[in-house]
Amino acid sequence: MLRDITLGQYYQTDSILHKMDPRVKLGGTLLYIISLFFFQNFLGYAVAALFLAVVIRLSRVPFRFMVKGMKAIVFLLLITVVFNLFLTPGTPLITFWRLTITEEGLRLAVSMAIRLTLLIIGSSVMTLTTTPNNLTDGLEKMMRPLRVFKVPVHEVAMMMSIALRFIPILLEETDKIMKAQIARGADFESGNLIRRAKAMVPLLVPLFISAFRRANDLAMAMEARCYRGGEGRTKMKPLIYQRRDFIAYGCIAVYLAVSIVLGRLPL
Amino acid sequence: MGIIEARDVVYEYVRRDEEGNVEGVTKAVNDVSLDIKQGDFIAILGHNGSGKSTLAKHMNAILNPTEGTIWVDGMDTNEEENVWNIRQTAGMVFQNPDNQIIGQVVEEDVGFGPENMGVPTKEIWERVEESLKAVGMYQFRKHSPNKLSGGQKQRVSIAGVLAMHPKCIVLDEPTAMLDPSGRKEVIRAVRGLNQVEGVTVVLITHYMEEIIHADRVFVMDQGKIAMEGTPREIFSQVEKLKSLRLDVPQVTLLAYELKKQGIPLPDGILTTDELIRALGLE
Repeated sequence: MLRDITLGQYYQTDSILHKMDPRVKLGGTLLYIISLFFFQNFLGYAVAALFLAVVIRLSRVPFRFMVKGMKAIVFLLLITVVFNLFLTPGTPLITFWRLTITEEGLRLAVSMAIRLTLLIIGSSVMTLTTTPNNLTDGLEKMMRPLRVFKVPVHEVAMMMSIALRFIPILLEETDKIMKAQIARGADFESGNLIRRAKAMVPLLVPLFISAFRRANDLAMAMEARCYRGGEGRTKMKPLIYQRRDFIAYGCIAVYLAVSIVLGRLPL
Repeated sequence: MGIIEARDVVYEYVRRDEEGNVEGVTKAVNDVSLDIKQGDFIAILGHNGSGKSTLAKHMNAILNPTEGTIWVDGMDTNEEENVWNIRQTAGMVFQNPDNQIIGQVVEEDVGFGPENMGVPTKEIWERVEESLKAVGMYQFRKHSPNKLSGGQKQRVSIAGVLAMHPKCIVLDEPTAMLDPSGRKEVIRAVRGLNQVEGVTVVLITHYMEEIIHADRVFVMDQGKIAMEGTPREIFSQVEKLKSLRLDVPQVTLLAYELKKQGIPLPDGILTTDELIRALGLE
């Protein structure tokens, strides 16, 4: 069923990482990704991989879920490796036909592959352990200083969470419209790509109309329940840092220091 | 003065042609006056286009009357500074359950109203718990609204309004999109609120069975109040209801037809049990 789709790839279990404040996870992921770009030797990557392994262990999410995210970028990874391998100038290592693999190229290709892999798995740990709702909440609170520059932070976050709420409803509606049109002889399955794309147009028009109607109804329902923007609003589930969140920040700081120092040693 | 009082309320829709010229004016609500007492269960009945939904939206200050005045708990809906207090006093439940649930988890949706009102976090949780218990949805508090049935979703919507501690709840055809069992579920919850919690209920509907338990019924037609009275008084006028294009419950209709054939029966029989008793078949 279409309605069973879960957005993002949240994996429901009970772990310290699931309970952690989304701001820690967002900030931590960002710092982790940045750290990956500082390393000049493989020792740094080793530290990063070790750190990630510990985090994955703590998250209690089966490793195969992490790898699932990798499938989508295998192609990208291959291209990166091949280009770096053959197109980096330097000391030739192996030459066959007209292709040369250089020592520098080999180093670069391997470090690039490791970097990308760690980057993808690292950020999927965050999405696997945080619900989309929690993530929006975290973003809202982190971006709060931007309000000084008249950025409507609360409104954007509210739009994001409403969009998430309506995705399954609109999917179900699409399914309904599609079936209604198939029943009247519409063909969504045969023909080439362009033809199939064209067949989608009569699907989109009613879908948009109904989405606008829903938006109108929802706006009225929200106003009826006293919604008037972020001013003077309290939170049912406010984000408050716990002890574990400060400890997590500490761990991230230690990781950053150790990995960057080791990663930049001239080996 | 009652909880909701309307004096000579008129609401006009202006129809425009493609150039934006005024084509005509429709009076959706035409000179309506009514008075609703605190704690009453009121039903407003009417077929499509009778103006009942438009009238309901006036009670929550979503629409403002073109002429006339509505007071909600003594507050004039025409005055801008009253709007938020009015919406807190008279909560509103709409027809389509999918289009009024905001949260992705049941409890978060119920907490939405109190959050907007600036209620402290701890009290929000208390209100959410008691509201969900009042409509019998407490065990579903962690569920996603998408996986609930229509009747359950509508009960969540009612809990969402209840958590704002309104004195009055206006329900605008809350059962129109539900199946019969969902309809019963919702009506039972609404009656419970009225009897147990003492909340004033204004139920807008076109299902006759739902108004049987009301204290007072208003029947609307073409923007005007065509009939007014207790359910029994309303249902005793079968011919008039038919002329207003409203269906009478089957039992009432049967009793009416029997009476026309000369069987001595009282007017306005509402339930099967009542008819059995009146016929002496017990």
